[in-house]
Amino acid sequence: MVSPAIAPDDVVNAVSIEDSIAYLKSKHPDAVTDDEREGYSGVVVQASKLLEVARAIRDDLGFDYLSSATAVDYLGAGDHMEMVYHAYRTSGGGALVFKAQTERENPEIPSLVPVWRGADFQEREAWDLYGIKFPGHPNLRRILMWEGFHGHPMRKDWREAYYEEEQKPFDNRWPGGHVHRSEEKNVFGKNVTYPSDIDLNRLMDTSESEVYASLGLGVDVERILDKDGFETNELVVNMGPHHPSTHGVFRMVLTVDGETVTSLEPVMGYLHRNHEKIGERNTYLHNIPFTDRLDYISSMGNNHGYVLAVEQLMSLGRKYNPPTYRCEAIRVMMVELSRIVNHLWAIGFWLNDIGAFFTPVLYFIQERERILDFFEAVAGSRMMCNYMRFGGLFGDLPERIKSVSNLTNDRIRDYNTMQFLTEMVNERIPRTIDELEQLLTQNEILLERSIGVGVLSADDAINYSAAGPLLRGSGVAYDVRRADPYSIYPELDFDIAVEQDGDMYARYRVRVTELRESVRILKQILPRLEATEGESIWADGKPGAYAPRVPFGEAYGRVENGKGELGYYVVSAGGRGGSSNPWRYHVRAPSFINLTPMGLMSTGYKVADIVGILGSIDIVLGETDR
Amino acid sequence: MDLNLQELERTEFPVPAELENNIAITSLSQLYNWGRRNSMWPMLFGLACCAIEMIATASSRFDFSRFGFEVMRATPRQADLMIVSGTVTKKMVVPIVRLYNQMPEPKYVLAMGACASGGGPFKEGYNVVSGIDKYLPVDVYVPGCPPTPQALLFGMIALQRKIDGQSIANGDDVPWYGIGPAEPTPVPVLGPDIIDPRQMDMIRRQAEAAAEDMAMVGQRELPSATQLVAAKVVTAEATSAASAAISDDALSFVLPTGGNPWTEAEEIREKRRLRALARKAVRASRRAAEAEEE
Repeated sequence: MVSPAIAPDDVVNAVSIEDSIAYLKSKHPDAVTDDEREGYSGVVVQASKLLEVARAIRDDLGFDYLSSATAVDYLGAGDHMEMVYHAYRTSGGGALVFKAQTERENPEIPSLVPVWRGADFQEREAWDLYGIKFPGHPNLRRILMWEGFHGHPMRKDWREAYYEEEQKPFDNRWPGGHVHRSEEKNVFGKNVTYPSDIDLNRLMDTSESEVYASLGLGVDVERILDKDGFETNELVVNMGPHHPSTHGVFRMVLTVDGETVTSLEPVMGYLHRNHEKIGERNTYLHNIPFTDRLDYISSMGNNHGYVLAVEQLMSLGRKYNPPTYRCEAIRVMMVELSRIVNHLWAIGFWLNDIGAFFTPVLYFIQERERILDFFEAVAGSRMMCNYMRFGGLFGDLPERIKSVSNLTNDRIRDYNTMQFLTEMVNERIPRTIDELEQLLTQNEILLERSIGVGVLSADDAINYSAAGPLLRGSGVAYDVRRADPYSIYPELDFDIAVEQDGDMYARYRVRVTELRESVRILKQILPRLEATEGESIWADGKPGAYAPRVPFGEAYGRVENGKGELGYYVVSAGGRGGSSNPWRYHVRAPSFINLTPMGLMSTGYKVADIVGILGSIDIVLGETDR
Repeated sequence: MDLNLQELERTEFPVPAELENNIAITSLSQLYNWGRRNSMWPMLFGLACCAIEMIATASSRFDFSRFGFEVMRATPRQADLMIVSGTVTKKMVVPIVRLYNQMPEPKYVLAMGACASGGGPFKEGYNVVSGIDKYLPVDVYVPGCPPTPQALLFGMIALQRKIDGQSIANGDDVPWYGIGPAEPTPVPVLGPDIIDPRQMDMIRRQAEAAAEDMAMVGQRELPSATQLVAAKVVTAEATSAASAAISDDALSFVLPTGGNPWTEAEEIREKRRLRALARKAVRASRRAAEAEEE
């Protein structure tokens, strides 16, 4: 199995994952060992040598893109904390998974920010939620919760105020149906006891420096707010969390010198609604509707990533049937439609941000409604489709698309599904894109506002783990659909949209090209749907289990969603026959990680450009904060 | 929107036919309500997924301007209606209450969707406020996850009906005409957990009790780490048994009077369940009798 050591000079990107691991083991024989747990892959790296090994992985082996870094708490299953890293090559191929372990009390793992800047927010998240310290991290403060919050909530022994049981379904709900709820016991909804030295007056202090200081910002507010000295003309400007152009409850604290931004600190967590903690209590199936609410513009794409991750795990077991061809075709169609919705929405709201307030977006929303009508007819809900299942779908396409409820200005809908789709794909959507391009692509105002603004270089984009249009707008042709193909994408004919300039306009162009490519994919899907008419969407003709047993192991399922690479890291720590609940459920959210270079991209531009730059990244807060 | 004067005609005084579109005789209350209900400006303020449906409701297909919700304003000082559109987190409720305090009277709150009404699917989350009505007075609740634009419109029209029922003769309906400034809603504080200033006294007493090493009555203790290690997930049975053991002693809640609200609620529920079973049995026997007759 072990191949001879490869000299660093010979290392090229084409080296396979196995050879890469062999190389690491030969170079660091005492620090790198195989991860031998059942169902796991990759290597375990000794924490003290992590930085060296990571440098070797990036520089010698060419894994230049750190996709995901997340923590797992193995309480009761080895009693240690673990950081899991997934590194990829931007030239394509699979992941090199490496892990570092530490004890649960006083956990400490060296920071990888010196190697990959993209680890910045992810390590802060691990500190916030798991309490792992990262020596060497430049700004290790809480990111999703606030400073002063008690405990680290994702640890397995931390329990929320409304805690009932470790896992669902709760005994009192099912099968007995004798329902009682925890809030009836815990009337104040609190799980803290206040210490004797609690200083309520300090907490009530709302003076300006206190308001900023408690956020853990890198901004030296004290210096800037110094009223006596007039040497500086810098100013702190707070934007959000209630701001019409932050796309939700996002907050930025800028330091400005005149009109020019000198630094920017993103502040998030205002929509942190504990997807991961809830997800670890849920059964596997329960989590599908929760994924809808991550990136709520394109729920189908979220479903797809999660379903792929769990299917990867289930394929390790005996009783697993992969989805049928028709099922895959429908999945790809749904995902591409939601990509169209996502990009229309993103371009429309970006135009809001740079000054074309709400007029253009109305046209895009009109088109989006048409696609949502289709989603509603197929999945039963406009936005939260909850459509995909493990190994299948919620249901096949209906024969006709009919209206359920109507307003007076809404004509009765009753169409043949294939006719509706054909018209939409061949006429309506291309027409909208043409119209969009005609009005915008060469528009003088748009060009002036967006060319050369918010520039991110290709090297920075990779190093900061940027994904999606943000990465491709910087000249890196990296698209998960091609780099690490899944579903039926290998047999479809489409191009990756790339632009070289790395500015706001380049990202806009990438989105427009992707809209056209999505239409191209949809045109190839329609004949496939017609050819498989009447076939089942389930491999054995009947729906999958309500509560599937998922074998022991880990899986990382990732898809190219509208906003970038969306990954799900799922760990199953089941007993005999597999587990019904995930031990760890982590979402690698593109919106969250794409904000890492936000400060870098904004520095040096004007205040008015900031909202445009944020709009061009295209974030959605449900996914940023999770 | 057309000026529909007939809408105002609710008095016994007849208006000559030729003046019908020019003159209306009405009561002050009605005129006042009519003006207010048809110029209800919502705040441009989105929290989560529901905000997307709110934007869809504002845009051309559904268009709530038709009903007088003319335009959304980004500043609370120009808004009459706060649509709480999404999950309220502990971190976000602080600015929300502050925004509400900045809105001029008369002001209304519409809780859009399951999360804003009661926590929704995220209720059990550690950073989630289970319903904005823990902090703000809510006028209309709209169910759904997210509510469709039609549902939101229905909720907004329900709010208009509510306004129609108010009268300026009744001080309770229109407290903003009272003397002096209105009391602002206390803004919650982020401490070890979120702190409602209205509970400040209770927390002080708890802290004092902790200083004297006394157990505070009505206080719930966190499960200790040793208890939790027992809850290793090995098999489903072991887990549920261990967690049942923990939840029983860690979650027991004692009222100052000594009674346990939990057991009382349990008894009531048990009675209800038995009654339902009895009803079911009666119904079944009646159905059987009918079938026999046929």
